[in-house]
Amino acid sequence: MFRNNYDNDSVTYSPTGRLFQVEYALEAIKQGSAAVGIASSNHVVLVALKRNVEELGSYQKKIIKVDDHMGIALAGLAPDARVLSNYLRKLAMNSKLVFNRPLPTSKAVLSIADKAQENTQSYGSRPYGVGLLVAGWDETGAHLYEFQPSGSVLEYYGTAIGARSQAARTYLERNLETIRSCEHIEDLIVHGLNALRDTLSQDMELTIRNTSVSVVGKDQSFTVYDDEDVQQWLSKLDSTSNTRNNDDDDENGDNAGGDADESNEANPTDAAQEGAAGDSTNTNASGAADEDRMDTD
Amino acid sequence: MNHDPFAWGRPRDDVYGAYNRAIADAGFKETSEIPTKHTQQPIITGTSVLGLKFKNGVAIAADNMGSYGSLLRFSNIERLIRVGDETIVGISGDISDLQHIERLLHQLETEEEVYDSDGGHKLRAPHVHEYLTRLLYNRRSKMDPLWNAIIVAGFNDDRSPFMRYVDLLGVAYGASALATGFGSHLAIPLLRKLVPYDSDYEKVTKEEAHEAILNSMRVLYYRDARAGDKFTLAVLTFEDGKVNVSFEQNQKVENQNWQFAKNIIGYGSKQL
Repeated sequence: MFRNNYDNDSVTYSPTGRLFQVEYALEAIKQGSAAVGIASSNHVVLVALKRNVEELGSYQKKIIKVDDHMGIALAGLAPDARVLSNYLRKLAMNSKLVFNRPLPTSKAVLSIADKAQENTQSYGSRPYGVGLLVAGWDETGAHLYEFQPSGSVLEYYGTAIGARSQAARTYLERNLETIRSCEHIEDLIVHGLNALRDTLSQDMELTIRNTSVSVVGKDQSFTVYDDEDVQQWLSKLDSTSNTRNNDDDDENGDNAGGDADESNEANPTDAAQEGAAGDSTNTNASGAADEDRMDTD
Repeated sequence: MNHDPFAWGRPRDDVYGAYNRAIADAGFKETSEIPTKHTQQPIITGTSVLGLKFKNGVAIAADNMGSYGSLLRFSNIERLIRVGDETIVGISGDISDLQHIERLLHQLETEEEVYDSDGGHKLRAPHVHEYLTRLLYNRRSKMDPLWNAIIVAGFNDDRSPFMRYVDLLGVAYGASALATGFGSHLAIPLLRKLVPYDSDYEKVTKEEAHEAILNSMRVLYYRDARAGDKFTLAVLTFEDGKVNVSFEQNQKVENQNWQFAKNIIGYGSKQL
């Protein structure tokens, strides 16, 4: 039996120098719905796809305001994001009260990264199961960071996390120049929503219920648009469904796409269990199916 | 309820009999009538700190004396602390508390460097002053004050001159001419000749400010029995888009006038 002896806790290295618990935490992010962040020179936009557990249920909040000049979008375990965002709010208030100064974005994101990193080298704890996009406006301008539970932090002009986020990243790579030179918030948000739309599965579309939009920047305090307030932005899109994705499915046949959806979405617990017990074989299999589809973008 | 502040929260003796403090020792000594207290008096002290804003900067000065009561015990104490590239903190009062504050400020600088990954996030004078205000007010609220009066000099985010005071009570204020201790009695009247109104600092040149500070240091040396004649003068200027800090140590009080002294004889009727 192929049991993995090296993934029982976050303090055990595998013979190849990997921390499996940390890697599983990174998997939890991929199970979450997508969040996209883009930055022009004066603004940062976060957009996210909200999920509901069942038809009658509410949609899980994806964007959290930290302070007037900072906010986060999450993918993964929402409770972990709540812990981290509360910590960020505490830091931001402390900075305001003690120094009369807004918390710098870099300091904020490095502080939670330090917190996350401690959880990867102490016994009895677990890594945070959530990835964050941190958007902030401070004295050095507009910043977009990605936070990972491994403790790593990277700054981006545009990036995406969560399920099928590769499609959004591809869109961002193709439109980087126009995104960077966006003068108006409206244009930036439309690019964000275009990227988010590419992460949709074929039978879905962006609606005011499942879409969250936020923006922060020069002379613009962090603002979240939800529900009816999102309509103004959705109206600016040429289409709210993922036409490009449908094309792909036509080209590739329904098998690849459909199967990947089943294993990733319909039965996330199974996928997680397989990942834990059955080790890398299964993870690779679903990962490969996922990537196959992404590569055809 | 007993309304005497020293007996707050305890039943009235005349109604319930004498209170037995052993029941709940809330930090009271069995025999003491008053609450536990902490810092109580300064030991080694530094005297005045002076500061004056001018057109494009701030000048701040403090002598190098550390007195032990009336004994001028240490003559080489540096009381102006540099924090970052463009802030000077001048501290009077207890020297051991000064050293504690100095340590905290250097810790702040270190933390700032560690987390400033993209550079450009400077901890400037207003932030340092706000921090010190919180620190000093917090300590006095614990009945354990840091026995100091402090002047923070530097620049605002827009690089206009910044200067503000804070003391052991957490009291804070700003003005174009500031001084602590003896200086507030002797130096401020002199400095205010240049800045009758707060906004007048914009009419003062660097040279005028420099001279006014030197004059004030001399007057303080004449009349403050705890002052020394050796001092440090820091002049911060914002010119050509960048901040320049001149930190002049080992300055001496000069041009003293004692010629008249030989003509003063006796206390009234004595002629020779």
